[in-house]
Amino acid sequence: MTTVASFEINYLQYLSPNGDLVGDKKPNIATNYEHLKSIYELMVMTRTFDTKAVALQRTGKMGTYASCLGHEAVHIGIGAAMEESDVFAPMYREYGAQFYRGVKMSEVLNYWGGDERGSNFSGPQHDFPWCVPIATQCMHAAGAALAFKLRGEQRAAVSVVGDGGSSKGDFLEAINAASAFQLPMVLMIVNNQWAISVPRKKQSAGRTLAQKGVAGGLPCIQVDGNDYIAVYTAVKSALKRAKEGKGASVIEAITYRLSDHTTADDASRYRPDDEVENAREFEPIKRMRKYLTNQGQWNEQLENQLIATCKAEVDEAVEEYLNVPKPEITDMFDYMYADLPHDLEAQRRYALEQEEKSNG
Amino acid sequence: MAKVTMVDAVTMALAHELRNDKDVVILGEDVGINGGVFRATNGLAQEFGEDRVIDTPLAEAMIAGLTVGMATQGMKPIAEAQFMGFIYPMFEQIVCHAARFRNRTRGRLTCPLVIRAPYGGGIHAPEHHSESTEAMFAHIPGLRVVAPSSPSRAYGLLLAAIRNPDPVLFLEPKRVYHLNKEEVEDDGEEYPLDMCFVDREGTDVTLVTWGAMMKETIEAADKLATEGISAEIIDVATISPLDMDTIHESVEKTGRCVIIQEAARHCSLSSEIAANLADQGLYNLMAPVKRVTGYDTIMPLFKMEKKYMPTADRIIDQVRKVMEVS
Ligand SMILES: Cc1ncc(C[n+]2csc(CCOP(=O)(O)OP(=O)(O)O)c2C)c(N)n1
Repeated sequence: MTTVASFEINYLQYLSPNGDLVGDKKPNIATNYEHLKSIYELMVMTRTFDTKAVALQRTGKMGTYASCLGHEAVHIGIGAAMEESDVFAPMYREYGAQFYRGVKMSEVLNYWGGDERGSNFSGPQHDFPWCVPIATQCMHAAGAALAFKLRGEQRAAVSVVGDGGSSKGDFLEAINAASAFQLPMVLMIVNNQWAISVPRKKQSAGRTLAQKGVAGGLPCIQVDGNDYIAVYTAVKSALKRAKEGKGASVIEAITYRLSDHTTADDASRYRPDDEVENAREFEPIKRMRKYLTNQGQWNEQLENQLIATCKAEVDEAVEEYLNVPKPEITDMFDYMYADLPHDLEAQRRYALEQEEKSNG
Repeated sequence: MAKVTMVDAVTMALAHELRNDKDVVILGEDVGINGGVFRATNGLAQEFGEDRVIDTPLAEAMIAGLTVGMATQGMKPIAEAQFMGFIYPMFEQIVCHAARFRNRTRGRLTCPLVIRAPYGGGIHAPEHHSESTEAMFAHIPGLRVVAPSSPSRAYGLLLAAIRNPDPVLFLEPKRVYHLNKEEVEDDGEEYPLDMCFVDREGTDVTLVTWGAMMKETIEAADKLATEGISAEIIDVATISPLDMDTIHESVEKTGRCVIIQEAARHCSLSSEIAANLADQGLYNLMAPVKRVTGYDTIMPLFKMEKKYMPTADRIIDQVRKVMEVS
């Protein structure tokens, strides 16, 4: 018997949980302190936002919200590695990536506050909005990547899927499309260990989720998803490869969902507390702060300033969200089609009449 | 002017738009070198290249998802579902995404795509190759569902579907793909969507139908004419959004209506038309609205499919019933 195919999955980490640089070949970014400080600031901003968003939901000022607590490094790593002209197809909790790309905090709040206008967000207008049906966005990214390839554009698409989402046919079909068409795309698995209450080990007996790309012949790698430097480096190089016409990659980022799945979930029903406590040791913000502090790049005074700035900016975003004018009843009709079909005109008129009646 | 069949007209329209608009691409299973299993894309890969007429891996959800992704980025993809019976893996992408992107993003991202699917029975096909489930899609806000009934309409409506800024499901009644030839000029003229066509004027009864059932409906109308019953025939053409105005206008004149469809009856397009006539046009009616439809059974395998599908005789039966009331 001869071996006709074999594979290995490598794991990439630069920044240890203690805040030490590990491994021998360090990327330049590891000592680009200005960059890392700005990233650290965005991580803290994202977490401040997240905490506030949960509080808004708890106090009845917003609908169900999907927290990104613990995902800051991987999300912002993706955002920072991308260029503006690339296209991003997120699921529903990658705010860090979106903030990096220019989406406003008030827009995220507006979306979870139940207003479609939140999906008409700032930032690259070609980016996809949040996608609720699991993994379907992978194919949108593949379609966008196919468009770039056909038009000869130097652009790539990035989709994000969870460990749960990696079980869906859509994810595997997107891998297959990326493989068959040699698409300029990056398929990210953000493995936060839980798909609501179902643990990672119940999704697949495979040793890694990254290896799902092996079937399509794509390069596959695991990265420490709590290590910004590793995520950034992996995504950056996968994007470079994609834009050089060498095809797609699969990256599994290992992280941990420190929050409930959404504000409608209670993770204590299915998840041991000590597991969560343990995961806090590995969380991304603590790690980056330790590193920057060890390098003499960060101190308590800067930290206090940052906390004040984040609080003020988040408060401002919340104000903006709370004061956003109500949508018009006619909005429900006006974005259904480019031109309102005749049969909807009557319904639109009727809805407007009802609205006027109820407004007295 | 060339006389062409419906499937030729489809090919002509596709070729016209491939030539006309560089953003148009076709994708699907076997659409390339093989020209599609019904030959609807015959010769297009050879003429326009395999980057414009793309053979995909065999994965329907992926085909639909790719078209959504491409369309949101400004291309105009036309996907082929090889048979409507295999469109269901695409359903999620069509319903959750194609139909919703414009609304979801308040117009920032849109889905100007077309999904073509041969549909309906009568060609002795295996299981899952013969259903007419247009109503499932007609129920979805944000979609257009179009079904031509003749070569010229296939050409003109397909052009309109491709140029439409919103997603269109284009259902091709495969039983009549090769039935009649018609003179169709390849002039790039589109036909209007969202409008019924009045195919024949009449005064006694309105017959409403679409797609392949046009054939039996015309047969029935011809026979009825020899008995002195004058039937007006309406080809719905755009199933959703539905042009009820034309139907109401006709019923106002004739006072009677029979709706003919191949699909099962329950919760179908005929249900919608009948309900609308009861709601908005009751006082124009001289007799109850009747429906001639497939049964609420699974479309049988081909030994029985003819029994399932409405015939001219079944149509005439119902017309006689509505004519009895005066
Ligand atoms: C097709 C589909 N099935 C089920 C759901 C309900 N649902 C929402 S999130 C979720 C779990 C997703 O877990 P994972 O992919 O690991 O991502 P995570 O939320 O952990 O980031 C489920 C089952 C859905 N949104 N879409």
